[in-house]
Parts: sequence; structure tokens; C-alpha cells
Amino acid sequence: MDEEYDVIVLGTGLTECVLSGLLSVDGKKVLHIDRNDYYGADSASLNLTQLYALFRPGEQRPESLGRDRDWCVDLVPKFLMANGDLTNILIYTDVTRYIEFKQIAGSYVYRDGRIAKVPGNEMEALKSPLMSLFEKRRAKKFLEWVNNYREDDPSTYKDINIDRDSMESVFKKFGLQSGTQDFIGHAMALYLDDAYLKKPARETRERILLYASSIAKFGKSPYIYPLYGLGELPQGFARLSAIYGGTYMLNQPVDEIVYGDDGVAIGVRSGDQVAKAKQIIGDPSYFREKVRSVGRLVRAICILNHPIPNTDNLDSVQIIIPQNQVKRKHDIYIAGISSVHNVCPKGYYLAIISTIVETANPLSEIAPGLKLLGPVVESFSRVQEIYEPVTDGTKDQCYISKSVDATSHFETLTCDVRDIYKRMTGTDLVLKQRPKMEDQ
Amino acid sequence: MASNTAPKNVVTINQKLVLLGDSAVGKSSLVLRFVKDQFDDYRESTIGAAFLTQTLPIDENTSVKLEIWDTAGQERYKSLAPMYYRNANCAIVVYDITQAASLEKAKSWIKELQRQAPEGIVIALAGNKLDLAQERRAVEKADAEAYAAEANLLFFETSAKTAENVNELFTAIAKKLPLEDKLNQARGAVNRGVNLSEARPAAQPSGSCSC
Repeated sequence: MDEEYDVIVLGTGLTECVLSGLLSVDGKKVLHIDRNDYYGADSASLNLTQLYALFRPGEQRPESLGRDRDWCVDLVPKFLMANGDLTNILIYTDVTRYIEFKQIAGSYVYRDGRIAKVPGNEMEALKSPLMSLFEKRRAKKFLEWVNNYREDDPSTYKDINIDRDSMESVFKKFGLQSGTQDFIGHAMALYLDDAYLKKPARETRERILLYASSIAKFGKSPYIYPLYGLGELPQGFARLSAIYGGTYMLNQPVDEIVYGDDGVAIGVRSGDQVAKAKQIIGDPSYFREKVRSVGRLVRAICILNHPIPNTDNLDSVQIIIPQNQVKRKHDIYIAGISSVHNVCPKGYYLAIISTIVETANPLSEIAPGLKLLGPVVESFSRVQEIYEPVTDGTKDQCYISKSVDATSHFETLTCDVRDIYKRMTGTDLVLKQRPKMEDQ
Repeated sequence: MASNTAPKNVVTINQKLVLLGDSAVGKSSLVLRFVKDQFDDYRESTIGAAFLTQTLPIDENTSVKLEIWDTAGQERYKSLAPMYYRNANCAIVVYDITQAASLEKAKSWIKELQRQAPEGIVIALAGNKLDLAQERRAVEKADAEAYAAEANLLFFETSAKTAENVNELFTAIAKKLPLEDKLNQARGAVNRGVNLSEARPAAQPSGSCSC
């Protein structure tokens, strides 16, 4: 590694791997290091041995759970929006050829003590048990407004100024009840809290459109999921980077970032080796002194031997428990997947619960989620800090990603990718179709 | 995995082939010779072309389309991802007959395959750089052959440079693949996953995002 690179990337989380791939394709000479002996950092999918080593050091994994390699356990409950930006990046970089995707079979929301399917469009809203007959007609009118709104046609505005009127006032205009607002804002627009109500309606409309267009893509739910777990995503982008010349070193300790007299990073030291580079990218764990905590997340990974109750025995689901429904300030998310995604042996199911910590007893905060799962074979929980960088990296050339956040998808992560890319290169990320390998 | 393609009545079965072996033993050169019938003496490391395909006829009704995965250099610091081994149907583990240590490395790659790759994977051991046998041979053919027989591997000595035994190596692998199940699946042809590329978005969104 005693060489000079354009960019050194520290950590193989998804943000780092996407950037590594994009920069290698751009022709940059990239060195990519991870202190772990596996790919993915916080977006890894672990086998049983790795899972036990992380959550219960010193404890043997039980033989009853079968072969190690039959398990790919995600650490975070996230899915890809079928029409979202990560899907877009996967297609344009051709990383889709390394990864096979399946749909998530259903999307559910918790309301008044039970869970019900989230309507994806006007027609589904009319069938939903979530609303009374009159409320359904109001919701249909609202969704028609969302869908028919055209920037260049003021007659579609319905007297709403999308950049000035708050979402709260729009809901009021359509006469929607607070429970309906809850599932529209939290289960369709996928907000984690209620701050959006006071903000202009534009962003909420765009989020609902993304939800609806994602459902329209493959049906069933707006989500897709990679076979063998989310950890395939960083691996796929790492492969892209390697194909374009990126050098990979796992299981390589990073002892320090080396700075010049002017405070600008010039390289990375590992043992007695120093690799030099003009720019350094890394996740917050490699830059402890340059990040601040913006909150804490509690997550629990549960192994089940049955589908999640009341989800029509589906092989995969998302369940959202909106904050108001359980008197919280942040939603609780549950991601349910199973052996059809090659993440566990036949007969097993995985459910991952997460929420933003609000109290001194975080583990009790996911109880409403646990209650929905029925009997649990094994569960692993932990509390993690969420970090973000203190500066934008342009002064010291250290570009630090944000921690994997509480959202149920990757839209904020790809925002971070695009943002870091722009700060590093000075230009917007423009995705170009890669030439087909066969043609080269 | 399996798909029907023209011409009529010939079923083409996709099979994933992975290459393994120490750096600089000639993994990429073997593929380049096999797929494009080219050789480059000064090819340094693998850049840009780590996914090639080649179709081989098995009999008049069946072809095998090999999707060949090169390591893209990720083996150098023991950083190959589990993704590399997933669903691999066959593997070529390459060593350099002029470097004794490279055979030992090949043996450890075979252990790694047995740990990480699907059961029933067809493995071939290839001793490359046969063109240098006269002056610089360091591994006796009989020794490697005996090891391959014991471990139930196909075995060839090859030269990517002269093309000796290269087609023979890939053809032997294709012939040894257990295709019965795949054929039945291909005839039933159901693709379970979603095809992202077919659902390509009409227009690429701008650089801005809504958060």
C-alpha cells in the first residue's frame, strides 16, 4: 500500500463503496481499506459466526440454527425504493448484473392497535380498511391532486401554493383526519416525525409520488431487496471499483490519518506503511474527532420461525408504526424478510426493528414492534450513535459520510453520495451508461 | 439463471464460472485467450473487463453460456467478496508451473471454494505458462495431476500464450456440468426475480434530491 493514490476510502459501507465505484469509473486511482475482514461496515449482512462475534462476543453460535453460510443477517432494516435513486445508480453503473432483486411482498402500517396494508394509489385507498367510506373519498381526492398536479397548469393546483402552503394546511383543505394524515405522512411519504406538517407541501407531494411510482413499477409494494441481503450492495459497488482498477484491502488496521503542516490530509498510516492520497473518504468511525453525534438509534434483529402475524403469511413485509399511534416522537420501523431472499434457511424469518432513541431506556422503546412479531427464537439488540461530519471536507480533504440513518430506504444515503461527490469533484454526479463489457 | 435463446430448439443454459489463483499466474490471460483468442505479454493486472461470456455447444439441443467472473484483483489482499462465490457452477483454479508456491496457493483456494461455493461445484486445476516448461518448470506435472485426481478436480496444463489446452480446459468443464436440473428449469422457464434493467426509468432525474 506504500503508494500514491488519488483517493483513499476508509470503510466498506454502502456510501463508501458507491463513491469508490463511481470515482474508479471516472478514472481515479482508488485504494479502499476496511479494518474488518468483511465487506459492508454498518451496511453488512453477517453470517451467524460474525453476528455472534458482534453481539455476543465469546459466545458460541447454537448448532440448531444450521450452517453458517446459510445466514446473511442485515444490521439495518432498509429496502430499496423500486423507483428510487439507488435503483437508478445500480442500473446506470450496471452493478445490477452482480445482484438479483426480489420484491418486498407488502407494506403495512399500524393503526388503532392493529396493522393494515398501506394503499399505494387512489384505487387501493378505496379498498383500504384504514378509513371510513367518507374518509376514503377525501383521501382519493387528495391522491388525485398529488398525481394530477402539473407545474405548468395552474388549474391543477386546486388553489394550493405548493411552495408556500404547509402540508398541515393541505391536509386540512382536503379534510383528512389525523389518522389518515399519519399513514400518508409516515407510511407513504415516509417521514420519521411530524416536522413536515409545518413545511411547504412540495416535498411531501414528491415523496408520495416516489412511493406511488415505486409501487407502479413492479406491483405489491414500493420496495425491492437484494437476494443474500443488503450486504450485496456494497460488495457489488466494490467489485465495480475493482474492475476499474480500485485496490481492495480488508482486515487492514488504520492507525492514523496523516496530515500536512497546513492541516490538509495527505495519507493514511497502517502499521509502518503509509499510503498517500489527495483526498480521503471514510465513515465516521475512522474520523472520531471530526464528527458529532446527532442522536441514537436502537435496533433489534429477531430470528423467527414463522411469518410475522397478521401479514397474510407474506414472505417479506415492511411495517411502520407511526409515532402518534404509540405516543412517541419518532416512528418505529420493522423490516421482515425470509428464506426466499436467501438470508436464512428454509422455515426461518428475520425481522429487524429500529427507531430513534427518545428515553433513557432504549430497549423498551422497541417493545411495540416486538409485540407484533409473536414468539422470537433469538434476538440481538444494540444502541448506536448516529454521526455526521462537523465540516464539509473541502478544507482538510477528509470527506466523511453520515452514519446509516433511521429511514426505511436509501434515499438519504444516495443524497449523501451525490453531495460528497460534488464536494470532492466540484461537479454534479452525472450517471452515464457503462459500455457493455462484451463490446470492449 | 436459465433462459431460452435462438436458434430454435437449442436450450442455452447460463452457468457462472469463477477464476481463482495467485496474482500473476495468468487467470485473465486464459479467459482472454478463450473468449477473444488474444494474448498480451505485458498485460499487468485486470482492469475494465472482468465479466466476459462465451457460449459452448454441448450437444445438438444444448448450449452452455459461461458467465466468466475474473477476480478484478480483489484476491491480492485476500479481499474477495462472498458475492464472488455465490451461485458459482464451476471454477478454474490457476497456478503457474514455473512457481512452486503458486500450486500451494491454488490448494488453499480450492479449500476456500469448498467452504464458500455451492455444493457440487465443478472445479478444474490449471497449470498455466506451459510454454515456459522447457526452461523454467518448477512443478512436475505428475505431482499436480496426482493432487487433482485425489481432490476430484479436472486437470490441465495450459498456455494462454500458445493457446495449448485452453479450449480443452473450458470444454471439459462445460461437459462435466450437471445440467439435468437446469434443463428442466429452462423448459419450465420462470424467472423469479425482478428485472431492474427492463424497468429502466424513462429519464434520469437531475442531480438534486428532495431531502
